[in-house]
Order: sequence, then C-alpha cells, then structure tokens
Amino acid sequence: MLMGLFNNWIVVVLMMIGLYIVIAHGNLIKKIVGLAIFQTSVFIFYISLAKIDGGTAPILSDNYTLYSNPLPHVLILTAIVVGIATTALGLALVVRIKEAYDSIEEEDIQRQDNLPQDNQVQDSQLLTKNETENKA
Amino acid sequence: MIAHLPVLQVIVPLMAAPICLLLKRAQLVWLFSLITSGLAFLISILLLQQVMATGVISYELGGWQAPWGIEYRIDKLNAFLLLIISAISTIVLFAAQTSIEKEIPKSKHTLFYVLYLLSLTGMLGIVATGDAFNVFVFLEISSLSAYALIALGKDRRALWAAYQYLIMGTIGATFILIGIGLMYQMTGTLNMVDLSQRLPEVAQTRTVFAAFGFVIVGVCLKLALFPLHLWLPNSYAYAPSIVTAFFAATATKVAVYLLIRFTFSVFGVSFSFTTIPLQTLFMALGLVGIFVASTAAIYQKNIKLLFAYSSIAQIGYMIVGFSMATVTGLTATLLHMFNHALMKSAIFLALAAIVYRLGNVQLSSFHGLGRQMPLTMAAIVIGGLSLIGVPLTVGFVSKWYLLMAIIEQGWWPVAVLILLGSLLAVIYVWRIVEVAYFKEPLANQTPVKEAPLFFLIPIWILIIANIYFGIDTRLSVQVAQSAAMTLFGVTP
Repeated sequence: MLMGLFNNWIVVVLMMIGLYIVIAHGNLIKKIVGLAIFQTSVFIFYISLAKIDGGTAPILSDNYTLYSNPLPHVLILTAIVVGIATTALGLALVVRIKEAYDSIEEEDIQRQDNLPQDNQVQDSQLLTKNETENKA
Repeated sequence: MIAHLPVLQVIVPLMAAPICLLLKRAQLVWLFSLITSGLAFLISILLLQQVMATGVISYELGGWQAPWGIEYRIDKLNAFLLLIISAISTIVLFAAQTSIEKEIPKSKHTLFYVLYLLSLTGMLGIVATGDAFNVFVFLEISSLSAYALIALGKDRRALWAAYQYLIMGTIGATFILIGIGLMYQMTGTLNMVDLSQRLPEVAQTRTVFAAFGFVIVGVCLKLALFPLHLWLPNSYAYAPSIVTAFFAATATKVAVYLLIRFTFSVFGVSFSFTTIPLQTLFMALGLVGIFVASTAAIYQKNIKLLFAYSSIAQIGYMIVGFSMATVTGLTATLLHMFNHALMKSAIFLALAAIVYRLGNVQLSSFHGLGRQMPLTMAAIVIGGLSLIGVPLTVGFVSKWYLLMAIIEQGWWPVAVLILLGSLLAVIYVWRIVEVAYFKEPLANQTPVKEAPLFFLIPIWILIIANIYFGIDTRLSVQVAQSAAMTLFGVTP
C-alpha cells in the first residue's frame, strides 16, 4: 500500500513543503523557491500518472505491447514552460522590489508601506505638479 | 472565414501582440492595438449572432476530432462573455494612449500594448476553449501578462501588489492544474463535454471530490471571493489606471465564468449542488463578502482602493446569484457580470481621467472637482448610482433579478441583507459626491481643466450604455436568460 503509492506520497510531501515555504517565509526569493517546489510536485504527479511499469514510449512495433501514456507528459512540458515563466517574472519583480524598497523581506516592505503613506502621496502629487509646470 | 470565427477570436490578438513589437512607434502601436481589439469585438458580435440563431458552434482545432483534439466550443454563455471582454477592451483602449502618457515611461509604451493584447488573448482563450487543460494555459497567459501590467504602476507599491498577486495567482492556477490532473486520472479525457459525460460514472469516488475541491478553490482565488480576495485591492489600486479599468471589468468575470463552467457544465448541477453543500457555503461567503468589502470601501481614502473593495462586494452579489442554482439566480449572475463590467469600466476610466489631471485619486484632492471636471464627475456619480442599483441604471436590473430569484426561493432574510448591502454602497458613493460637489476647493490646490476628449468619449459611451441597458433590457436579459437555461438543460 505504502510502496504502491510511493510517487503520490512524494508528490504530497513536496507540495506541502512548497506551500509551507510560500506561507511561512518572509524572504521574497525563498517564497519563489517554495512556489517552484510546489509547481514541481504537480509536474511529478502528472508524469507518474501516465507511467506504467515496463511501458515504453508509444512506438508502433510488434516488439512492444505495453505503452506509457504520452499525453500527460506533453501537457506537463507546457506546464514546465509556464512554471519557468512564472519563476522568471517573480524573480524580476523581486529585483525591482529590491531597487524600490532596498529590501526583500516581507515585514520590512510592509512596514515601509504603512509608515510614510501620506508623505508618499504628497511626494507623487508634487512630482506630477512639477511635471506639469515644466511642460507649461 | 465564418467557419473559423471561434479560433480567429483568439488568434487575432495573439498574433497582433508580437507585431506590435515590430511597429515600435507608440502612436502607431496604439492604433494597431485598437484596430485589433475592434476586430475581436466584431468577431464576438458575429459569434453571438450565430449562436443565438443556430445554437452551439463546435470548432476542431487543426481538424483533430473533438475528444482527441482541442475543441473550441462556443455556446450562448461564452459568446456573451466574449462580447463583454472584447467590447470593454476596445472602449478602454481608446483612452489608453492619453492615459499612459502620464503614468508609464515612454520607452515602455510599446511593451504595454503587447502585454495588454496578450492579456486580452488569455481571457478570450479561457472563455472560448472547450478543453480543460487549454483553460490552464490561457489562464497563465492572461495572468502572467497581468502581473507585468500591474507592476508597470508608478507607485512602488504596484511592485509589491504584483508580487503578491503573482504568488496567489500561481497557487490558484496550480490548484486548477491539480484538479484537472485528477479528473484526467479518473476519466482519461480533457474535453469538457466528454468530461461531463464520464464524470457521473465515477462521481462518488474520493478522487473526484478532491478534483472538485482543487478546481473550486483555485477558481475562487482567481475571482477574489471573500476570504481569498487579499491580492485584489492593492493590485487594482496601484496598477496603471487604464489597466485597472480593463481588469476590474473583465478579469474577475472570466473567473466567475470558469466557476459556472466547471460547476454547471463539467461536474453537473446535481453533483455540485446536491452531493456537495456548495450552496450554503457560497451563499454565506457571498453575503459576508458583500458586507466586509463594502464596509472596508467606506473607510478608504484612495478612491481607486475604494472602488476595488466595491468590486469584491459586487463579486459577492454574483456569487449569491450563482449559489441559488436556479435559472433566475444564474440569470441574475450573468446579468450582473455584464452590468458590473459596464459600471466599473466607466468609473475606473473616469478615475483614470482624474489621475491624468490631478496625478492622484486621494479623496482629499477631490475638493470642488464637481465644478472643475463636471463631465468626469457626473460619470462617476452615474456609475455610482448604478452600483447602488438605482432604477433606470443597469445596476437596478441585475439587483431586481437577484431579488426575484431570492424571493422565488422564499429566502426573505437574504433579500433583506442584499438591500442592506446596497445601502452601504450609498454611503461610499455619497462620500465622494459630498467632497466633490459640496466642498470648496482647497486654497493650495491648482484648478484643473475638464478631461481631454480621448477620455470623455469612452467614458460617456459606457455611461450611456449604463443607462440604455437599464431601460431597454431586451438584449442583455434575453441573452443571459437563454444562456442560463441552456446551462440547466431547459429548452428556452
């Protein structure tokens, strides 16, 4: 029972590890890593879904009778691409956040957002006023 | 040509996006995107006409037959949604060029349109496709471009909002992916029609329950159902104004569509509402969402944030209509999707015009704006009245149908709560009216001119639509009603 579902156990464990990192860690890069682990667990789930012990790729030949289902593998190829795009975009955002806040810690960023709220608005107001004046 | 309309609907903006990169000049790219979006709008009108006349259109992508190949399946529900999305996108794009001038650096203008068109492609694709895995792919196309669009906002908080949206959105999309995988495991198919035929055989297994749970939670994350709404307010508030106008009107509607599609078409009414207590759960969450979000809206000082919270409340109304699982209830939900798209895009476009003139949308800078920007402020007031549900506006029509559906069920307490929820909307709309019309302009405030025509034209097209569809309800009600009936399998 336990060994028969070995892949599924791994999938669930990885999924929980990934989600836990996303929720529990304050470091933005660690969150992205957690997200990647979470997504990877789903990839493994799809891949093991289609694998049959001893099955080969679907080659039309008399020598082979047992095939693995190639469809989930193809699907997950797409999902891997999506996963990479998400990770890349997430990391790019972290770079911009680091430039803007000078920090990649969640608490730090939220504190900066909450404190100078009014000043910031006035700043941006001033900025746009300057811009319009310059144009005039 | 006519036979290929379902795929053209998605392909046209998809192909146009990379072409934008080649055109380079911002003005030209804007014109090109506008034409592309207009073309998509035209296609959606033709599709809706065709569907209303002849029924479901099934398109086999690449000529591969349905359960094996990817099928685009347009019925009344998708055709209606396609129309909403492409219409709003076109009208909003009209004001885009003027609005992003002040909000996005010049060098990024071309990229803005590329992202915008990709996001449009994603949304149209989610709605048009009849293949469960295809839904995931298009969902990610629209989401990834949405994260990037939100991060273009001028305020640095836009970055943080985009990051949070990315985390929540990816978790939601991955949940949907897990659900689709579990369904595939049980049935061996990804085609939605095929799924709906094969799922009942295995409906009592734990795997299907798990699949249902994953899909519903994933979709609810995307549609910002209370309490999964945390990503929405900041994303809408700090994104470039034009992006907010587009997303507030379309993005959550697409997610509501997915919810309807999965519960009604794929899993079936009897499974979703009888086997699983979805009704109680969604009714409760919808109502709590209306009250919590409306109350939060009352306390906001940033007007974009205020209307973002109001969006969450409006989603609550849609969910309440949906949770009744009756034809009238679903009609109310579909109507509200259409109507809410009209009001929110009008309001957020008007706010975009105010950002263009003032540089911010803090309530404190609205002093005396009623006289300085009369046409823009009037639009916000009419949009606000529509949100409240005053007669002669579209908001009234959908609230009316929602109340009818509730009374049909005999749930009087719910009807009372819905009306109380509308009163909260009166309060937050009044706060804006009070400041804009009854307060003198502050001494240190430089007077501003009325918004340019590029804003006023689209805003007033939407406002007139708000009033027109509030009086002449034939088109919207007829389409919504027959779409709802088809979902229940009742012949209209």
